Amino acid sequence: MSTISADVAQPPDGDSTPDAPRTITHTRTGVDRAFRRLATGAGLATFVILFLIGLFLLIKSWPAFHTMGLKFFTTSRWDPEGSHVFGIAAILYWTFVIAIVALAIAVPLSIATALFITEYAPRRLRRWMISLVDLLAAIPSIIYGIWGLAFLEPRLVGVSRFISKNFGFIPIFKVPGSNLNPGAFAASAFVAGVIVSLMVLPICASIVREVFSQTPPGEKEAAFALGGSRWGMIRSVVLPFGRGGIIGGAMLGLGRALGETIAVALVISPIFTISIHVLATGANGVAPLIALRFGEATQKFGIPALMAAGLTLFVVTLLVNFAASAIVARSRSGKGVEI
Amino acid sequence: MAVTAPPRSPGSAEAPPPGAGVFGGPGGDTPIRPRSFNAVDAWVLVASIGSSFALIWVIFRLMPISGAVGFLFWWFVSFAFIYWLAMLQLEGPLVAKDRLMAVLIVTGTGILIVPLVSIIVFVTAKGIAYIRPHVFVQTNNLCGQLDGPTCGGIAHAIVGTLEQVAIAMVISVPLAVLCAVYLNEIGGPLRRPVRLFVDAMSGVPSIVAGLFIYAVVVVSLGWGFSGFAAALALSILMLPTVTRTSEEVLRLVPDGLREGSLALGGYEWRTVWNVVLPTARSGLITAVILGVARAVGETAPVLLTAFGAQVMNGNPFHGPQESLPLFIWTYVRFNPGEAPYLRAWMASFVLIVLVLGLFTLARVLGTRTSIERRQKRAAKRDAKRAAAEPGGARA
Repeated sequence: MSTISADVAQPPDGDSTPDAPRTITHTRTGVDRAFRRLATGAGLATFVILFLIGLFLLIKSWPAFHTMGLKFFTTSRWDPEGSHVFGIAAILYWTFVIAIVALAIAVPLSIATALFITEYAPRRLRRWMISLVDLLAAIPSIIYGIWGLAFLEPRLVGVSRFISKNFGFIPIFKVPGSNLNPGAFAASAFVAGVIVSLMVLPICASIVREVFSQTPPGEKEAAFALGGSRWGMIRSVVLPFGRGGIIGGAMLGLGRALGETIAVALVISPIFTISIHVLATGANGVAPLIALRFGEATQKFGIPALMAAGLTLFVVTLLVNFAASAIVARSRSGKGVEI
Repeated sequence: MAVTAPPRSPGSAEAPPPGAGVFGGPGGDTPIRPRSFNAVDAWVLVASIGSSFALIWVIFRLMPISGAVGFLFWWFVSFAFIYWLAMLQLEGPLVAKDRLMAVLIVTGTGILIVPLVSIIVFVTAKGIAYIRPHVFVQTNNLCGQLDGPTCGGIAHAIVGTLEQVAIAMVISVPLAVLCAVYLNEIGGPLRRPVRLFVDAMSGVPSIVAGLFIYAVVVVSLGWGFSGFAAALALSILMLPTVTRTSEEVLRLVPDGLREGSLALGGYEWRTVWNVVLPTARSGLITAVILGVARAVGETAPVLLTAFGAQVMNGNPFHGPQESLPLFIWTYVRFNPGEAPYLRAWMASFVLIVLVLGLFTLARVLGTRTSIERRQKRAAKRDAKRAAAEPGGARA
């Protein structure tokens, strides 16, 4: 017996390898291999689409860059049909101003909403609140636009006046030469930003809420057991845990705010100069510019110029998103929920 | 005292049994519920609201200032301060801070509700009066530019929207769910870059998607404006939205379920199809809603790809097509006059009802437990098979 087992355990050539765990081989069936390949293909489709978008916009905008060169990014005029002088500097600037105004309003509100839903609201109210936030996301942007134009803008002028009157010593809130005349506050970057913030808010809020609701209950109760108040618990557990979600939500919001077209196009009165007065009449945006000028653009000059603007917007949003994704990936939460 | 007792966890379903309070002895002592909102709290809250109102009212009367916005703003600021001060005196700094944050959070949530209610009420009030049966069956072909909402209808726009969104869904939803499955279930070395690209794609502005399809389908392929081109643009927008939300949802499926299925000898695709996806079903439906909601209301990409039409075009593969948002956009943007503008409100009302209806439908479908129905269907199938088999054996 013992000799046999010794023969089996040790090869005859006397090479005494130590016991090692058997390597587990895993052969997938053909169906599973096909399934994996299919899903991988779907994953790669996103890459292919993004690549194609960049490629085609570049090809189609080439004539515009050929005409303007790098001056395209420093010129503030937009006259591709007549004098062939056009550039995106002022337009891009206003796009960012509107997006920043929107995020400054939307991010704090969406964190408050998410906290209310996950930590404060009674159980029955919670489901209703989630539906309401999703509903806000479902309202089309054209509706925001028409409502903003007819309902919100006349009322926001009062807010603009209030801010300008009381905080006018801060340069960006000053409206030069207005004498607090209501007409000087209409169609401003602030008005557009507030409307965009409403459209950004539900997207931020639903992402942030989803992440907040994944906070481990054990850690929450540990914070309470250590004597924390509810706010103390939120600050020490929920907010750190959900930081990735907050940035992710803000990122999605920024992407949508930068690219928001229709509501902004309806509200603003386009200007092509850079100024820091967000409350004063006049703003612009790359996406609204494309929507407003598309109908009258000619294939020879106008369309390549708009394609160049679109390519710039595409690259900018891509960079913003890549930067934010890197931050989110580092603090991605809720991984591997155990039963 | 408010900081020493364990809380009622918001997440846990079971309530403590009555009488079994934290410090509640067997002698029927009432349990201390530190975070319950009692009469004193209500009193402090009401008094703070009242006194801050009085304070700001007096200030506004004495000083040469006015304005409803300023009044509300300063009222809220002084209310928050007075409330904080009162809680500081009564309960100490920890509780005061806690209550102050609660006030801010509730107010922030309230601000969210106001525009939602306002939009629905305002659009309904403006548009509902012009809803007549003819609106849904007629198009614009008999009406002039300056006619009001009593002439013609939006049948062509409704048909266009439904066709475009349906095609976009057929294209993007399977792709998006597969992509989410790849990200969460399969992984591999490409997982990180793919997730990065999905995130990046979610930031692609709608107008850029429209420009891209315009450049490729409308101009380069020479197909011209069509509803199908619009659907392609919309599916580019839906894809990342649905993927991202689906992935978040799939991540919530407990690993135990997957391992259970695999341990029972299930194939990977079986595990995904029969365990993971059904478990995440309601969340997946929410993901699709968010995607559809984004697609239904998109104007810009449809403007660049379907271009818009005044007459019915039922064929999504050929010729310019209208859509509801585009219909509204045309009238608001070019604003031909008072009467045509009303048509925009009428269409807005229809669009908002459509969106609300879809939304409610999806909610109702999403909340029903799918595993139950699946089991029922399987039981029915088994019964049918059992009934059929003896007959087959005899023959």
